[in-house]
Amino acid sequence: MSIVTVQLGQCGNQIGFEVFDALYTDSHCPQGLCSKRENEAYQASCKERFFSEEENGVPVARAVLVDMEPKVTSQTLSKATQSGRWKYGQHSCFCQKQGSGNNWAYGYSVHGPRHEESIMNLIQKEVEKCDSLSGFFIIMSMAGGTGSGLGAFVTQNLQDQYSNSLKMNQIIWPYGTGEVIVQNYNSILTLSHLYRSSDALLVHENDALHKICAKLMNIKQISFSDINQVLAHQLGSVFQPTYSVEGSCHYRRNPLGDLMENLVPHPEFKMLGIRNIPQMSENSLAYSTFTWAGLLKHLRQMLISNSKMEEGIDWQVRPPLPGLPTLGKASLNRGLHFNMSIANLVILRGKDVHSADLGGFKDSALYTSWLEPINAFNAWKTHRAFSKYEKSAALVSNSQFLLKPLDTIVGKAWNMFASKAYIHQYTKFGMEEEDFLDSFTLLEQVVASYCNL
Amino acid sequence: MEEGVVNEILQGPLRDVFDSKQLITDISGSGNNWAVGYKVFGSLYQEQILEKLRKSAEHCDCLQCFFIIHSMGGGTGSGLGTFLLKLLEDEFPEVYRFVTSVYPSGEDDVITSPYNSILAMKELNEHADCVLPIDNQSLFDIISKIDLMVNSGKLGTTIKPKSLVTSSAEAVKKWHQRPFDAMNNIVANLLLNLTSSARFEGSLNMDLNEISMNLVPFPQLHYLVSSLTPLYTLADVNIPTRRLDQMFSDAFSKDHQLIRADPKHSLYLACALMVRGNVQVSDLRRNIERLKPSLQFVSWNQEGWKTSLCSVPPVGHSHSLLALANNTCVKPTFMELKERFMRLYKKKAHLHHYLQIEGMEESGFMEAVSSLSGLIEEYNQLDATKSMPVEDFPRLSIAV
Repeated sequence: MSIVTVQLGQCGNQIGFEVFDALYTDSHCPQGLCSKRENEAYQASCKERFFSEEENGVPVARAVLVDMEPKVTSQTLSKATQSGRWKYGQHSCFCQKQGSGNNWAYGYSVHGPRHEESIMNLIQKEVEKCDSLSGFFIIMSMAGGTGSGLGAFVTQNLQDQYSNSLKMNQIIWPYGTGEVIVQNYNSILTLSHLYRSSDALLVHENDALHKICAKLMNIKQISFSDINQVLAHQLGSVFQPTYSVEGSCHYRRNPLGDLMENLVPHPEFKMLGIRNIPQMSENSLAYSTFTWAGLLKHLRQMLISNSKMEEGIDWQVRPPLPGLPTLGKASLNRGLHFNMSIANLVILRGKDVHSADLGGFKDSALYTSWLEPINAFNAWKTHRAFSKYEKSAALVSNSQFLLKPLDTIVGKAWNMFASKAYIHQYTKFGMEEEDFLDSFTLLEQVVASYCNL
Repeated sequence: MEEGVVNEILQGPLRDVFDSKQLITDISGSGNNWAVGYKVFGSLYQEQILEKLRKSAEHCDCLQCFFIIHSMGGGTGSGLGTFLLKLLEDEFPEVYRFVTSVYPSGEDDVITSPYNSILAMKELNEHADCVLPIDNQSLFDIISKIDLMVNSGKLGTTIKPKSLVTSSAEAVKKWHQRPFDAMNNIVANLLLNLTSSARFEGSLNMDLNEISMNLVPFPQLHYLVSSLTPLYTLADVNIPTRRLDQMFSDAFSKDHQLIRADPKHSLYLACALMVRGNVQVSDLRRNIERLKPSLQFVSWNQEGWKTSLCSVPPVGHSHSLLALANNTCVKPTFMELKERFMRLYKKKAHLHHYLQIEGMEESGFMEAVSSLSGLIEEYNQLDATKSMPVEDFPRLSIAV
């Protein structure tokens, strides 16, 4: 089954390019560490999911590019074409001239209705190219105007028009210290709307990706391109084909459905985070060897202590002893906060993958009481190595990963709202203070729910 | 409203850049009288102006913004300029209006400049989206600084001629005779940097509508202090990172501002950094972290930074930075202006020149002053919060 990607705004388009590039490069990587037959099945499965074919054999990404100003999309299109390996469809791009001015209301209330038909038509065309549709992957940022506002609008439309298909939104959490001054407003408006219309929110934080570039990849002058490549690597390790129950050469057919089934058991809890191990520069890779035991031990502790990467993990954090009550809201401020999970999915790729022992993840102390670990935890294993890493492990987690960042953003937005700063910029385009209050209420509810796990 | 300047442009090296049909001139000028510019020439030329504006607008696929460039102290720029502002708001309500205003310095030669400025301020308060105030004294100081560097002949410092923010080596040599050309070049560079992200590609674009969105938290508080760095590039100097960080520090130094003000000792409401050239997001973040502690931000916008990265640097530089700050430090400028106004107004000096124009009444003056007082009061209220501890507002509590 295929996934149709919708790239929105500068962030969405810049990331989308890196994602497709990473997916393509990996699927054509000769160091797959598996048999030729397996490799070919892998390539075919990856292709079915993400690329369609054109007459001259160049794979075309199953994607729709949307932006309200032309510079980024034309850059993205030409970068892809110039690579010669894959490209975007010639007519898959919708763009306007004037931008959204970092204004959620402008993206949602003005651009949305105005361009609804054109955008949905483009998506429809892409959907028709698929033999069978697994769902939509929508890449957008929360801080700007197009990705956030128009992204929320498009997701809502997808829910109306394709109610049987799944929607996963890849959201970029902006740097804590502003990229955009009104980013907190745009973020809470986006999150509250997506919570109602999306099936799962996969979140990546710029701060975390930045640290990975600095500490693990050893990049001195970090550019957005570097950050996006780390992100693409993480997404690739999740979305590339994995074996289904039947074993090797048979890959899972419904990636989004399988992800949601495992990770989103309850509509109140939709926020997912990804952790990936190992992650390092290519130079270091040549000199490193890993064991599954070591990797999984680190990954488990990253989960428990809510660490964003494999350096600087807090090994003091332990799962709570059974029988003790959960700490609730007070725990937000305590140092040794244990990260409670609802559901986890571990994806292992590479050599000797079947020997990997995942017992540590099946500990019931890691999970809330309402799901048995056998339902809360799942593992997918694939021989075929990912992106030159002899062994790599990815964790997709529905847990309290994003509780603190969410709480922080809601707090900052609330402070600004209480002073009424910038509100006139939003009400100018048809929004009202009521809409803000609704968003705050919904998100406080989400914070409370995650807090009380 | 007089022909001299426009004619000079039409005969100068840029004559082909301007469409000679898109000109409106008169003969006698406005006599440094806001009322003549606004009331007399405004009504006289309204139709013509509208017609030419519509013609220009038709050429655009998508019109986003008007730039109005004028001075506050004179008659035409100030009076007709602000009349135009109102016209644009009525005719093109969805198009942003950015105004670059040259404010009169303490010692300027137009006696009625306080009247003109205050009358114009009311219009700017009500009808502009964003104002970039500039004063000639600051521009002059910048040129003097450059002159010092160029002529000081310090060891090992040779300056690339094209890199001067006052541009063109000739302008520097001749600036003693024609200082305004060099000074105006600085303002031109300001506008170039402002629009760079819209004209060129970059990893984090910023359009003009984003400036208004991020830097104007309340409709009236739309006055932005601008500073430009670097002023020149030293040739043969290869210390990249230090020079880059120095650029950020300079942007927050008073020497690089286009208006006399002291932002560091006042309250920041918001700040935008528009970077051009080979600068990456990590450089940006590092410098923000470094400079943040020395700046005071308003309580509800503690991390109020808007950033943009454009890949193409200005001519002659490897990188450049334009900082726009919405800061309460503009208050003293306005208060001084008000004071100068009151000194004249109390004596009713020169008032008759204005009142004899049809449509002008004393109430107009009173309204203008109260508009300015209202603005100053808003800044005062924000300043009062400066030393107060930052307290979070109590959040909504949800029944679980």
